[in-house]
Amino acid sequence: MPKLPDSIVPAPLRKPAKPGAAGAPKGAAPTDLKTSPPERPTHVERLTDQAKDAPVDVLAWVDQRMGASGFLTGMLYRKVPKGTNWFYTLGSATLFAFIVQAVTGVFLAMFYTPSTTQAYGSIAHINNDVPLGALVHGMHKWGASVMVILIFLHMGRTFFFGAYKYPRELNWVIGVVLLILTMLMAFTGYLLPFDQRSFWASVVGININGTGPIVGPYLSDFLRAGPELGATTLSRFYAIHMLLVPGAIIALIGAHMYLVVKLGTTAPPWTKIDKPKFAEPVAQLDAGGSNGAAPTNGASPSV
Amino acid sequence: MNGAETDPRQERVQPDPPGYFEGESMTRRRAFTVAAQGLGGIAGAAIILPAVGFAVAPIFHRGKERWEAVGPVNDFVEDTYRQVVFTETEGIGDAGKTTAYVRRSSKELEEEPGKFVAVSNRCAHLGCPVRFVEAAGNFICPCHGGVYDFQGKRIGGPPVRPLDQFQTRVRNGQVELGPRYSVTSQLEPVRARDPGEFTGGIWEYLYPPRPSTFPAP
Repeated sequence: MPKLPDSIVPAPLRKPAKPGAAGAPKGAAPTDLKTSPPERPTHVERLTDQAKDAPVDVLAWVDQRMGASGFLTGMLYRKVPKGTNWFYTLGSATLFAFIVQAVTGVFLAMFYTPSTTQAYGSIAHINNDVPLGALVHGMHKWGASVMVILIFLHMGRTFFFGAYKYPRELNWVIGVVLLILTMLMAFTGYLLPFDQRSFWASVVGININGTGPIVGPYLSDFLRAGPELGATTLSRFYAIHMLLVPGAIIALIGAHMYLVVKLGTTAPPWTKIDKPKFAEPVAQLDAGGSNGAAPTNGASPSV
Repeated sequence: MNGAETDPRQERVQPDPPGYFEGESMTRRRAFTVAAQGLGGIAGAAIILPAVGFAVAPIFHRGKERWEAVGPVNDFVEDTYRQVVFTETEGIGDAGKTTAYVRRSSKELEEEPGKFVAVSNRCAHLGCPVRFVEAAGNFICPCHGGVYDFQGKRIGGPPVRPLDQFQTRVRNGQVELGPRYSVTSQLEPVRARDPGEFTGGIWEYLYPPRPSTFPAP
């Protein structure tokens, strides 16, 4: 990744110097200001310098009022463990798929009508008449499957790398809730085109919900907003699909990513742990019995 | 206060908060905290409860009973079905229509004479549309292979009960279809259940009848 020149990054956002490296060498002090005064910049030079500083000044103005640079520096330059590989991009890929769904969904909503008599027609209008409508609709339709596939791959990566273990259990739980919400999005979105396939798939899906004992029948009535699949069902699914669940998903993605940044990522399970440098010499000394600092009570020589 | 006398570390007595009087059970700060949280809770409930009630109200709402004529009495015979399409849910166009198979009650099957039988095409497995196959005399579901006999009783596949039926009556020489009802495996009418839900016996309690459906005939 190309490094941004320091001139456009405000000081608080610049990557901190490595602990070992000394700061930049200080410039030599001016010998004698009287005999060799500093050159006065011309008018054009001054303007050029100001123009160069403008983005920095704007960022600095914002940062002075938000104070976000400390957080951003910590987040953007956080350490990642040795062995981090392409499997670690599945979470970001899922997020990207969600963003695609959100953006395309907003534009589909501009043309879609959640009415039982007009829904199918409005989808046909999007696909046949609206410029690039078929592309945007296709991105939303196929992107839904992509998101479900990616979220499962991401889940599998987390599981097989053991990344759900302490202290990351809460993030696993949030992730499972996100998975359920994603499935709910897929379920409610399927009805919206209101063609034969989506209609009967929703009928079957609602009836599967209804097979739960005691609460099942009422759950079905709640989803359908009545005893039969009707006009309210479609608008209800539409509201759940584009208002209720996306809001919950965005909030939970925020919590999910906060925990990722806060707790850091795990190294792959096959990564060898670097042994402490003193482990071997101390053990040898202990075995020799000549070190006064070593345990003398016959305890195990572990460090 | 006894502890303060015995333990010198607790000798320093906290000054009374402003407005303190002997015998008060709650400090002023605590009272305001409780009051503010209580008012906030009431304000929150005033917003949330109506919204939730609005969303779940349809569970408790039963629509108007609806009857629709599907053809003159003479159109229907005893030994086979005639397919009719009628509106079950109003106001949503074709999506509100449903299909029923109608015949006269059969003497051979020892049914009550002079009545009409209207079998719903909604599969009792998961709600796909079944089709009456004349040659076999069976109802067959295309989705998961449910098979029902001439009366709508399950004879194969995953369905959990016989096919639903509609109430029937005759008005002005026309057969009219009314509300849907479900049946037990012995074809006894019970209140309408969704597909996939068993009927009869203990199942009547595990899949309780919904307030949005009509009582069985």
